[in-house]
Amino acid sequence: MTAVVLGPVVLAANAVDTFVQTFFRGAALGSLYALLALSFVLIFKATQTVNFAEGAMALAGTWFLSMVFVDWDVPGRWLGGPTWLHWCLAVVLAAGMTAAIGLVVERLTIRPLIGQPHFTMAMVTLGLEVVITIIAVDAVHLTPRVLAVPWGTDSFRIGGAIVAWSYLAAIVMAGAAFLWTWRFFKTRAGVAMRATAFDQEAALAQGINVGRVFAISWGVGAAIAALSGIFASMAPWGPSGVASRDGAFFVFRALPAVVLGGLDSVVGALVGGLIIGFAEVFAGQYLADHASILGYGYQQVVPYVVMLIGLLIRPYGMFGTEEVRRV
Amino acid sequence: MLEVANLEVVYNEVALVLRGLSIEVPDGQIVALLGANGSGKTTTTRAITGLLDVHEGKVTKGTVTFDGQRIDDMEPSAIVRSGITQVMEGRRVFAELTVDENLITGGITNSNRAAIAEAHDRVMTMFPVLADRRKSVAGYLSGGEQQMLAIGRALMVDPKLLILDEPSLGLAPKLVAQIRDIIVEINRAGTSVLLIEQNANMALSIADYGYIMETGKVVMDGEAAKLLKDEDVQEFYLGLHGAEGERKSFRDVKHYKRRKRWLS
Ligand SMILES: Nc1ncnc2c1ncn2[C@@H]1O[C@H](COP(=O)(O)OP(=O)(O)OP(=O)(O)O)[C@@H](O)[C@H]1O
Ligand SMILES: [Mg+2]
Repeated sequence: MTAVVLGPVVLAANAVDTFVQTFFRGAALGSLYALLALSFVLIFKATQTVNFAEGAMALAGTWFLSMVFVDWDVPGRWLGGPTWLHWCLAVVLAAGMTAAIGLVVERLTIRPLIGQPHFTMAMVTLGLEVVITIIAVDAVHLTPRVLAVPWGTDSFRIGGAIVAWSYLAAIVMAGAAFLWTWRFFKTRAGVAMRATAFDQEAALAQGINVGRVFAISWGVGAAIAALSGIFASMAPWGPSGVASRDGAFFVFRALPAVVLGGLDSVVGALVGGLIIGFAEVFAGQYLADHASILGYGYQQVVPYVVMLIGLLIRPYGMFGTEEVRRV
Repeated sequence: MLEVANLEVVYNEVALVLRGLSIEVPDGQIVALLGANGSGKTTTTRAITGLLDVHEGKVTKGTVTFDGQRIDDMEPSAIVRSGITQVMEGRRVFAELTVDENLITGGITNSNRAAIAEAHDRVMTMFPVLADRRKSVAGYLSGGEQQMLAIGRALMVDPKLLILDEPSLGLAPKLVAQIRDIIVEINRAGTSVLLIEQNANMALSIADYGYIMETGKVVMDGEAAKLLKDEDVQEFYLGLHGAEGERKSFRDVKHYKRRKRWLS
């Protein structure tokens, strides 16, 4: 994942192709940021906790996938059919396992602390990040593990533009996750979650099981973090294996997307993620000639610059609620 | 029947707010609970509905019983299931949710689809204004409409007892009259009502029985019609006192009266 910031891709023959290629890269990176931001926002909305353990959850998800699909050959050992189907099922399983971690974390560390200041909660998640990462890294022994992505590093062509299947996969995955969230919010459980996020006491007064809402938000949040970790570890971002601690870096780079969109807005997560992704990739592509002036690696700063400009215009993020609610 | 007996509530382990409060809401009745700001009315509803936890409050003595069952140590959701719902002080509708979604939260403890649909129909019939705005976001409704939504939400599980905490607060006189009629209608349909109000006139005009509380205790109670005629209640509540800010304590009024009687 260290390779998230690719240099300008010069393979394309003409300006239109270059633009198309850049567009897909931007959309894909933006989708990954948006996914992570979604996970972050779901957890923050419901439990008012800034989750610094996103990176660890993303890492855990990738690690589970490698274990399930590569080491155990699940579900391939029981199932016929195409490998890509096995892989997709393994992804679902890995996301489910990460969701289980989210549930345990919520029950053991978050729920007993509900009502504590933001800062305390954030510190707890930061501690979790460290603990989970250390466990995972020790278990992984720092050797990159193979994800065995079915499409590997393959790409397809649109005219003269070359687009990696992984880009399309990330875009589709993010689209599916947001669509699912949007639908979920209309169900009874989803309405209960939104009500709890808006006014916890009033939600309790209706008989909403707030504990269950917390659990669902952490479970779903962890699963989405896992998905973002998996899709971010694919070629050409990652060496098609589980990166070790780099996951965390990726997550901190998604933070501008969250802040830009608004800590408590799902729409904000989508829009913020895409804006940051596009800004980073387009700046990397089209300002490359000025790299000597801007400094090499300037693309990595772009998300923060965009975030700061956004905050100057709207201090609570583009879609955030003013004064993030009573704690 | 709801029975609150000798209830003591402490906030943050230090602030004793209810000091041996006892009230009863018999089945089928409307009972008014009156009292000045800070006398502990809202705290009483929190104690009945299991919401003290949220405020670092605790029942330290006494009991709350509903239909013979202790409810003072039950979860809010279990209390709702046992048949008690409430319209919270300040309405507290979910402003970001639509009218229909607010009603869904009200029926969340009921998993029977048919019963929910029926309750929804009933609420729509009772509040035609809401029927026209089912898909609107609740935050855009007027104050009166929001109050109706809050009441409708509390009716989604067909409660045995409905607690209303200052439903007339901040509403124009015409709306207050409308809310009053709605409460009567709800009660006629078989729901007991505990009506908390500062608007004593309104509350006593429809109640069967009334309690007046001060600093966490009942200082006077009786049939609503009698309270409405009582001189002390009149003096304290019905506009015979000075400006809002210099409202005397009810006990002062009584004390003063007592002394006057003794002197004469
Ligand atoms: N969460 C809390 N923590 C500490 N003290 C509280 C809390 N909530 C209320 N109190 C105190 O308890 C007392 C009673 O408050 P309560 O809200 O029950 O009164 P009320 O009769 O409902 O008043 P009002 O008419 O203003 O609504 C007040 O002195 C108040 O300051
Ligand atoms: Mg009150």
